[in-house]
Amino acid sequence: MPPQTISQKVLSRAGGVASARAGEIVNARVDLAMSHDNAALVAKRFKELGLERVWDPDRIVIPLDHRIPAPDIKTATNHKEIRTFVAEQGIRYFYDIKEGICHQVLPEKGHVVPGSLIVGTDSHTTTYGAFGAFAAGIGATEMAAVWATGEIWLQVPETIRYRFEGRFRTGVFAKDLAMRVIGDQGIAGCDYHAVEFTGPLMQRLTVDSRMTLSNLAMEMGAKVGIAEVDEKTVRWLAGRVPEGWEPVLSDEDAPVERDLTLDVTDLEPQIACPHSVDNVHPVSAVAGTEIHQLFLGTCTNGRLEDLAVAARILEGETVHAGSRLLVTPASAEVYRGAMRAGYLDILSEAGAVILNPGCGPCLGGHQGILAPGERALTTTNRNFKGRMGSPDAEVFLASPATVAASALYGCISDPTEACREHAIPAGDTLDGLTPDAATLGRVRLAATEVA
Amino acid sequence: MPGHLAGRAHVYGHNVDTDVLYPGRYLMVTDTAEMALHAAEDLDPEFRARVQEGDIFVAGRNLGCGSSREQAVVALKSAGIRALVCASAARIFFRNAINQGLPILRVGDAYDEIAERVSTGDPLEVDLATGIITHPATGSHWQAEALPPFLRELLDSGGLLPHLKRRIEAQKAAQAAVVTSGGTSDGNA
Repeated sequence: MPPQTISQKVLSRAGGVASARAGEIVNARVDLAMSHDNAALVAKRFKELGLERVWDPDRIVIPLDHRIPAPDIKTATNHKEIRTFVAEQGIRYFYDIKEGICHQVLPEKGHVVPGSLIVGTDSHTTTYGAFGAFAAGIGATEMAAVWATGEIWLQVPETIRYRFEGRFRTGVFAKDLAMRVIGDQGIAGCDYHAVEFTGPLMQRLTVDSRMTLSNLAMEMGAKVGIAEVDEKTVRWLAGRVPEGWEPVLSDEDAPVERDLTLDVTDLEPQIACPHSVDNVHPVSAVAGTEIHQLFLGTCTNGRLEDLAVAARILEGETVHAGSRLLVTPASAEVYRGAMRAGYLDILSEAGAVILNPGCGPCLGGHQGILAPGERALTTTNRNFKGRMGSPDAEVFLASPATVAASALYGCISDPTEACREHAIPAGDTLDGLTPDAATLGRVRLAATEVA
Repeated sequence: MPGHLAGRAHVYGHNVDTDVLYPGRYLMVTDTAEMALHAAEDLDPEFRARVQEGDIFVAGRNLGCGSSREQAVVALKSAGIRALVCASAARIFFRNAINQGLPILRVGDAYDEIAERVSTGDPLEVDLATGIITHPATGSHWQAEALPPFLRELLDSGGLLPHLKRRIEAQKAAQAAVVTSGGTSDGNA
């Protein structure tokens, strides 16, 4: 067998071929199919096919997260239709509005198995690549076809391999690295490609931080953004994914289209300016810009370590009078963890508005829509025109530390000093920053309980 | 699907994203006709008033970057757009276009010349069989990249659902035939 990338290995297995080459189109059997609120649209398309039953109700996962609780009658009707469909089809892995964002909930509930093929009707499905899965976003109509047949056509992607070296400075985190890479590659720089994140820095990152990188791989066009499975992955998944899975790794001499090395030693905190994710600059270049709304959350940066960093910066402080800070923990598990660890208390006392787990205002649906002329600084993943409300508003993207530090002053602020002052470790030494799951009384694996 | 399309061009630039093509504030809409009302709303507020049945949407590199929302494609199609011409397309948007049966022609660097010569409102012609795009006003022609046969077949079927529907009906018919012949079986059941 010639050396293969993880993408070739997963798609060869799923496509039932010996060794799929890059560029080849395979008809693959998917291991898991995820849809969120748009399951209403998927269900509508599925019914158009005239089939009675989905191919496998246990391989379909539906968390509601985009507009929860329903802010209007149309959304409420969609949610109702999804609940009816789920009951009719016997889809047991349905997570109603109480659980949070799909990309956080799926790994937490043990649905993301390393080496599996996952498709989701959401572009940030790439997040599961942090666990060594081949996970890509698709449209609602193709998902209807997956629900019908369990199959999808996929082109085996060429691979771009990043090797990250060096150590982060204080105030620099995985989000800053991800934005630097997007800035370098451009918004379409990795179109159709698999991106693999490797190197000594990756080994130092927490799984939460790796999720930020895989999540943002999408923003440079990547089909998947994959981190190597290691001991940290194994520990994270223990008690969530049933044992017996085998890691799938790229062979060392696998065919790679581009091999890139990035030394992060001199990396400063980064910010993506309006209206494009690749319009990336050092935070210092736009420091002092007035900000009206700050937002900490989403599938990109709504995890426990993100809330921990923000809480440390804002402890005993007050959000600037001219600004408002919204906080959305990525999931109920994160919410409860942040509550028990005291982060929510600290953030609330500082003046933050704590919202329920979900996508929140990220895509301009509800919970904090921007007015014309307003400016937002957020930990989200996209800043296209109109993304968070008015097309005449502006959105800047940064790390949780930059958002928290900026909340203090009501303007864009480099977080380096604040991180130093509060002894916040650099983004590659976050192990142990948050209390461990056992201390927080993590609620375990719904998947096995339900089974 | 007709092999030859003629309509008026709507010409835009690079990185036309899914948020401007179909803003997130309308994502709860599942009715196709209603989606059309918001097509390209944040890209060009005049688009809706100007677009007519049979028109052709022209854009630069990375058309449809961003979200997986197929409403970005469906809204354009429902508003009357019959073909997309672009320098290149983002991955999910490209799939969505094919799956919705909306022809998407990738022309690479030829886009620069198209954008230079073709103004919004100009008649433009697209031959789907050959991938040749014609601008009658200047007599210019451009060649789009050929689609792999499988994707061509999907487009010819009118998109993924009609394609799949045909397959499912064929399977049902085959099963029915087996059941019928099974009725006169020789006892091997």
